[in-house]
Amino acid sequence: MRQKSEPMQVIKERRDGALLRLVEAVPYISFMGISFDRRGDELTATMAYSDMLIGNPTVPAIHGGATAAFLETTAIIELAWADIWAKIEGEKLSGAEIAALPLPSLPKTIDFTTDYLSVGHPRDVYARARINRSGRRYASVHVEAWQDNRSKLVGQATGHFLMLSKNG
Amino acid sequence: MKPSPSEIAQHFANALPHCKELNMRMDLLEDARAIMSMPYDKRLIGDPETGVIHGGAVSALMDSCGGASVFMHPENASASVTLDLRIDYMRPAKPGERISAESHCFHVTRNVAFVRVNAWAGDNKDQPVATATGAFSFKHKTKGRV
Repeated sequence: MRQKSEPMQVIKERRDGALLRLVEAVPYISFMGISFDRRGDELTATMAYSDMLIGNPTVPAIHGGATAAFLETTAIIELAWADIWAKIEGEKLSGAEIAALPLPSLPKTIDFTTDYLSVGHPRDVYARARINRSGRRYASVHVEAWQDNRSKLVGQATGHFLMLSKNG
Repeated sequence: MKPSPSEIAQHFANALPHCKELNMRMDLLEDARAIMSMPYDKRLIGDPETGVIHGGAVSALMDSCGGASVFMHPENASASVTLDLRIDYMRPAKPGERISAESHCFHVTRNVAFVRVNAWAGDNKDQPVATATGAFSFKHKTKGRV
């Protein structure tokens, strides 16, 4: 029997609701001014510029630690999101069902290596993460951040993470 | 003339907006070494289940401390930028405890400075929450630039 397809609004509500719930649970994400845009399952992170992100006021440039933090946050949310996506799409959960779920356990960073490629100018920064390997316990993620040009990276990073949600 | 350690401490902790926002404090500055710390802050929580601070905030502290130790290298002639920083997370920092980082700029060439950084929570200096190794740009006072 062919399943009746869901109305688009129901699908969007489920996906956007689950993403917002994940992101809003973490105080540090809003402290840093980070938000996520979604196209299907693809996420793009934005770190909105604010003066407190500056590390060197004479250049001026965004603090390297803030760039690293942005990259790490993007990687963690990408991993958690991939996990959530499988669950909410597999079970076709409704907005109300998602709101009732316990908050997902976030992956724990084992190591994170940031490669600084150019100065972070005082404006918004964008990032996307790619999961290169996601096993039962460990995951390896690569992240790239840019500002004006997608091909001119501000920084890139590779990190390894412990997946607590899959440990059972 | 080279600024005094107290002027540098003032600069790192107060003039750098991101460091100021995280309430970082310079605890020690000497040749090629620096110790910096920051208080526990609920705004920095990365794991709402446990209240543990986000690794990113620890990165910012370790990066700043690494930069300070490079700046304090006796052969340093200029300001540096981070080229790369690898952080290994050993254990979660206990919520409520101050986080400290100690960096040693253990080697410099004409153009590159290498650092090692240890971070710990509270007084448990022998149980690091994270360690890092990094490379910074460097301008050598006497060797000149290639």
